[in-house]
Amino acid sequence: MPVKALVLRTAGTNCDEETQFAWEQAGAEAERVHVNRLIENPKRLADYQILTIPGGFSYGDDIAAGKIFANQIVHHLADVVQEFLAADRLVLGICNGFQVLVKCGLLPGSDGARVTLAQKATLTSNDRGLFEDRWVHLRVDTDRCVFLGQGEVIDMPIAHAEGKFVPADAMPIEALEKGNQIAVRYVDTDGNTGAGYPWNPNGSVGDVAGLCDATGRIFGLMPHPERNVLPWHHPHWTRRGAGKEGGGLRVFRRGVAYFA
Amino acid sequence: MDWQIEVKHRPGAYDAHGQDVLNQVRDLGITTVEAVEASRLFYLDTAAPEADVERIARELVTDPVVEQYVLSDGKPGVSDPRPAVIVRRKPGVMDPVANSTLQATSDMGIDVDRCATARKYYFQGDASRRDIETIARRILANAVIEDVAFEETGESVFRDAPPYEFDLVRVPLRQAGDEQLVTISKRGGLFLNLTEMKAIRKHYRQAGADPTDVELETLAQTWSEHCVHKTFKGLITFAGETIDNLLASTIVRATKELAKPWCVSVFEDNAGVVEFDGQWCVCFKVETHNHPSALEPYGGAATGIGGVIRDPLGTGMGSKPILNTDVFCFAPPDYPADKLPPGVLHPRRIMRGVVSGVRDYGNRMGIPTASGALYFDERYLGNPLVYCGNVGLLPRKDCFKHQKAGDVIVVVGGGTGRDGIHGATFSSGELTHTTGTEFSHAVQIGNPIVEKKMADTLIVARDRGLYSAITDCGAGGLSSSVGEMGAELGAEVAIEKVPLKYDGLTYTEIWISEAQERMTLAVPPENVDELLALFASEDVQATVIGAFTNTGRLRLRYNGNLVCDLDMDFLHHGVPRRESTAVWEPPDHPEPDIPPKDDYTDDLLAVLGAWNVCSKEWVIRQYDHEVQGQTVIKPLVGTREDGPGDACVITPILGSAKGLAVGCGMNPKYGDVDPYAMAAAGIDEAVRNVVAVGGRPDRIALLDNFCWGNCDKPDRLGSLVLAAKACYDVAMAFGTPFISGKDSLNNEYATDEGTIVVPPTLLISAMAIVEDVGRAVTMDLKEVGNPVYLVGLTKDECGGSHWYAEHGAIGRNVPRVDTELAPKIFEAVHAAVTDGCVRACHDLSEGGLAVAAAEMAFAADLGLDIALADVPRADGLQDDGRILFSESQTRFLVEVAADRAADFEKRFDGLPCARIGEVTDTARLVVTAPGGKKVIDAACDAMRQAWKAPLAW
Repeated sequence: MPVKALVLRTAGTNCDEETQFAWEQAGAEAERVHVNRLIENPKRLADYQILTIPGGFSYGDDIAAGKIFANQIVHHLADVVQEFLAADRLVLGICNGFQVLVKCGLLPGSDGARVTLAQKATLTSNDRGLFEDRWVHLRVDTDRCVFLGQGEVIDMPIAHAEGKFVPADAMPIEALEKGNQIAVRYVDTDGNTGAGYPWNPNGSVGDVAGLCDATGRIFGLMPHPERNVLPWHHPHWTRRGAGKEGGGLRVFRRGVAYFA
Repeated sequence: MDWQIEVKHRPGAYDAHGQDVLNQVRDLGITTVEAVEASRLFYLDTAAPEADVERIARELVTDPVVEQYVLSDGKPGVSDPRPAVIVRRKPGVMDPVANSTLQATSDMGIDVDRCATARKYYFQGDASRRDIETIARRILANAVIEDVAFEETGESVFRDAPPYEFDLVRVPLRQAGDEQLVTISKRGGLFLNLTEMKAIRKHYRQAGADPTDVELETLAQTWSEHCVHKTFKGLITFAGETIDNLLASTIVRATKELAKPWCVSVFEDNAGVVEFDGQWCVCFKVETHNHPSALEPYGGAATGIGGVIRDPLGTGMGSKPILNTDVFCFAPPDYPADKLPPGVLHPRRIMRGVVSGVRDYGNRMGIPTASGALYFDERYLGNPLVYCGNVGLLPRKDCFKHQKAGDVIVVVGGGTGRDGIHGATFSSGELTHTTGTEFSHAVQIGNPIVEKKMADTLIVARDRGLYSAITDCGAGGLSSSVGEMGAELGAEVAIEKVPLKYDGLTYTEIWISEAQERMTLAVPPENVDELLALFASEDVQATVIGAFTNTGRLRLRYNGNLVCDLDMDFLHHGVPRRESTAVWEPPDHPEPDIPPKDDYTDDLLAVLGAWNVCSKEWVIRQYDHEVQGQTVIKPLVGTREDGPGDACVITPILGSAKGLAVGCGMNPKYGDVDPYAMAAAGIDEAVRNVVAVGGRPDRIALLDNFCWGNCDKPDRLGSLVLAAKACYDVAMAFGTPFISGKDSLNNEYATDEGTIVVPPTLLISAMAIVEDVGRAVTMDLKEVGNPVYLVGLTKDECGGSHWYAEHGAIGRNVPRVDTELAPKIFEAVHAAVTDGCVRACHDLSEGGLAVAAAEMAFAADLGLDIALADVPRADGLQDDGRILFSESQTRFLVEVAADRAADFEKRFDGLPCARIGEVTDTARLVVTAPGGKKVIDAACDAMRQAWKAPLAW
C-alpha cells in the first residue's frame, strides 16, 4: 500500500499542485482536498498518513498570514487532528502551511499537541517589510525531525512577506534549542549562522527557518522544498549541470520512508 | 453596536510598516518626524456581548507574540498626544480583510453584522499639521479611494446605502441637435464622437423611440476605442495611400500569410492560442492598464494583472494561468517633486504603488511573474504605462467555445458594485488634473483570493464539461461579456438577479460595472444544478441571471420591466468607420560629435547606472517568480543570482522537459527618430531574448501592444502606421506570427503648460517553444579559458542609444534590422545551443557590446578579455566608443565550450561571427583596442555596484 499524503487546500492556497507532485515523485499517493470537504467529513483525515498544508495565501493572508486557516482548524478540526497525531502520523507545513501550524499552536507545540490559538511563537513581517523571493541555504540542526537528516545543507527558495520567526517569551529560543526543535536554520555559503541579510532573508530570530515539535513528526518551514525537486530547479543548474533531482525531494522521501 | 479594535505592535516588536512609512517620509524631505507607528483598526457592528468581541480581539485579529490590542466603543477619548492619521476606504470601496474577518468570526461562532478596517499612523517628533497633511496626502492615502481623518469623530463608519427605486430613464436623442449630441456624450462620460452619436440617433429615429440610458451605455461600451480599436480598423490616409484597416493589412496579415499550422486560434478569442505539445496548447495575452494606474497606482496595477489573468481564463473553454509578465514605463524616480504638474503623482510613488499592486495580486494568485521590463522617460510623467501579461495552459480539445440558444447565463466570482464604472470609456480619453475626481469610480480595487478560488473552480468545471462557453467580465462588465457571447444569438437577462456587493445600484450601474473577479458562463440547462453545486462547494458565488436566445436582440429586464431591447447586429456592427489622416515628418536629431577617448570605463559605468539599464532586482524579488514549480530559467541568474537573464523558461507540464521561453522587446528611444526602426528593433529584441535562452526561432509567437498619444492627431497616427508596417515586414521575414495584441491610443496628459504625450511605445512580447529545457542556457559566464564569440554585425548605429543619451544626444543613426541576415543568425545560434556548444549566451541591447560583456562577467564573478579589433563590423567603423556602445540589432555574445569551438564556428559559416575574447579568472572586464590600449578595465565589483546602485531601494 502506498503512503497516502493529504494536501489540504483552501481559498488562496497556491502551492498545492507542486506539493502533490513532490509527494508523488517521492513515491506517495497524494491527494489535494479542500478544507470544506474535511470539515464536512472530518473522519476522512484518518485515511491519510501524512497531512500537508502547502504554501499560498490562505484567505489572502487577511488579518495575518495563515491566521484564518488556523482559526478554522481550531474551531472545526481540533479533535481529528489530535487523533491523527496520536496515531503516529506526520504533518508538514510549508510557507503559509508553516504559518498555519504556528498560529494553531502545533508548532513549536506542546505535549499532547493540542491545537490552540494561544501561540508560542509567530511568523511576522520580514525586517525589510517586503515580499521577497530568494534562494537560501538551510542547515539541519536537529536529529529529531523525521523529514530531515542532521548536518545536511539543503538549498531552496523562500517566497514570503511574513516569515520572520519570533519566539514568545514563554518559549525562548534556548528552550527550543534544548528541546531539539530548531529543525533548519538559514546559513551562508560556508554553512555558518549569524551571517545576516541576505542569508537570513527576513530577520528571523536565531536564523530559524523551520521548526519541528518535540516528537519530530510535525515539521514546518518557510522555504519551499517542493520548488527544488526537478533537475532544473536550482538556480545554478546551468553552471554545474542538472543532477538527477533537486535536493528538496529528500524531505518528501524521508516522510514517505517513515512508513516503510 | 459599534466596536473598535486597534491592533498595535508590542513595545520592542519591530514595526516594518511604520519603518517603511518613515523611510518614505524621509524621501519626501520631511525631517521633523522621528518615528512612525502604524496600527490596524477593525470596526465591528455586532450585537454579541463584550466578552465575545474581546475574544475576537484577543484570539483572531491580534498576534499574541508581537502585537497588543485596545478595545473601545470608538468614541473619542483615548488620549495619545502624538498627531495621528486614520486612513479609511471610501464607502463602497472593496475591503477584502473585512470580508475575511466576517468569515473567521463566523467560524468562531460569533455573529457580526458588519466589519470594516482602517489603518492608523502616529507620528513622533515635532512635525507640523501641514507636514502631517502632506504625508497623509503624498504617502498614506489616495484621495481617489480613501478618506483621511486626523482624529476619531465618534461617528459610525457604517453607512447604509439608500435603496434604489426603479425609474426607467430614456435619453431624448431623436430630437437632439448635433451640439446636444456632443453634450449628451460628454455629460454621460460616453466618449462617443459626433459621427457615432449621429449613427445612434439615426438608428433610434428609425426605431421610433428614444434609447434608454442602459442602451446608450451599452453602445458606448461596445463601441469604445478600448473594445473595438476604431483607429486601427478605420480608414487611414497616409502619404497618398488609403489604408483600409491598418490592423488587418499589417499585423493580422502577416499571421494569415505565414499560416503556421501551430497557430490554433489567433486574433479571435481573449488571448492568442498556439500548440504546445500534442495534448496541450498555450495562450498569451498582454493588456495595458494605464489610466487607472495613473490615478490609483496600487489598485490600477493590481486590477491590471487581475484583468489580464481573466483573459486566458476566458480563452477557449478556459486556460489555467501559468505565467505573468509585467512591463512598466515611468518617469525617472528622481524627477524633481516641485516640478510636478497638478494632479500628477510622483513617479516614485507611482512606481512603488504599481509594483506592489502587481505583487500583491500576482503573488496571491499563485502565478509566477518571471518576465518583464522597466522603462523610464520623462514623458511618462502624467501617463505611466502598465503592461500586464498572462500565459495560460489549456487542453487542445478545449480551444473553442460553442454556446447556443437556450444556454443559461451564469455569472461567477465576485459581487457587482459601483467600482469600475466607465472604465472602458474613460480609458479611451486623455487625462487631465480633474480626471481623478471625475472618474474616481472608474478605479477598481481587486480581491485576488476571490479570483483565485474562482479560477480553481472554473478549471474543474471545464474538465467536467459543465459549460459551453466562457468569457471574462472585463472592460464593459456584463454589458461586454454577455453582449459578446450573445452577438450571434441574442440574450435575455434579469438584471436584479446579479449579486451585488451592496444595495443602491441602478440597473444601468449593475449592467456596466467593471467590478473585478467575475466571469460569464453559458451553461446547458441540464448542467446548471451540478455547476452551481460545484461552485458552492468551493465558496464561490455563481448565479443564473438569464439565457441566450435566438432573437438576435439583447433584452434586459429589471424586476420584469424591459429596460433594454437592442439589435445585436447594430450593437456589434453599427459603429461608423473612422476616417483619419496620418502624416510623418522625420525629426532631425543631428549625430553628436563625441571625441575619441583613451578610456571608456567611465562611459560604461554611467550606462550601467542609467535608469533603463540598471538592475531591476528590487522589483523582480518582490514577485514570486517560481510558484507552481515550473520556472527552470529564472529572471535573475549567475553565481549570486543577480545577473539579468534574457528570458525566463518555464515547463508548463510539471515533470516534462518541454518548455516555454518568454521575453520582450521595447525601445521607445529609437521611435523618437524612426518609429519603423523602433518597431523592427522591438521584434528583433524580443526574438533575441527567447533565442538566447534556447527558444526555437521557428516556433515563436509574438504579441503587439501599442501605447501611443492621441491618434486623432495626424502625426501620432503617422508614427503608428509606420510601426505597424514594420511589424508586418519583420514578422514575415522572421516567420514569427502575431497571435494577439492590444492598443491604448490616448496616452496624453493635459497641463496648463501644454500636453505631455508619451513617446510611441510598442511592447513586443515573444513566446517560444523550448524543445528540451535541459539544453537551455543562461547569460552568466561559466568557465575560465572558454572562448567568447560575437555574433552579428556591429554598425555605426548609436542613434537613440543609451551612450548618446549619457552625452545628451539622440542622433540620427538608429539601429536597423537586416531582415535577410537576422533569421539566419537566429537559426545558427539556436542550432549551436541545441547542439550543446554554448555555455552562456547574452543578447546585445541597451548599451551594446560593452554592457553585455560587463553583465556576463559580473553575473559570474569571472573576468572577460575582449579585443575590439576582432569585432565583426561594418566597413569603415573605427571609433572605439561606437563599437563598444552601438546598439546594432541581431547580435549575441556567446561563450563556447573550449572543446566545441570548431563545431560552433561551423554553424556560422558565411555569417558575421568572430572569436573576440576569452573568459579569465581576473573578475575584470578588460577591452583592448587595436594597438593594445585598454579602453575598458573594470572590476566586476565596480560594474555590479554601478549597475545596482540606482534601484537599491
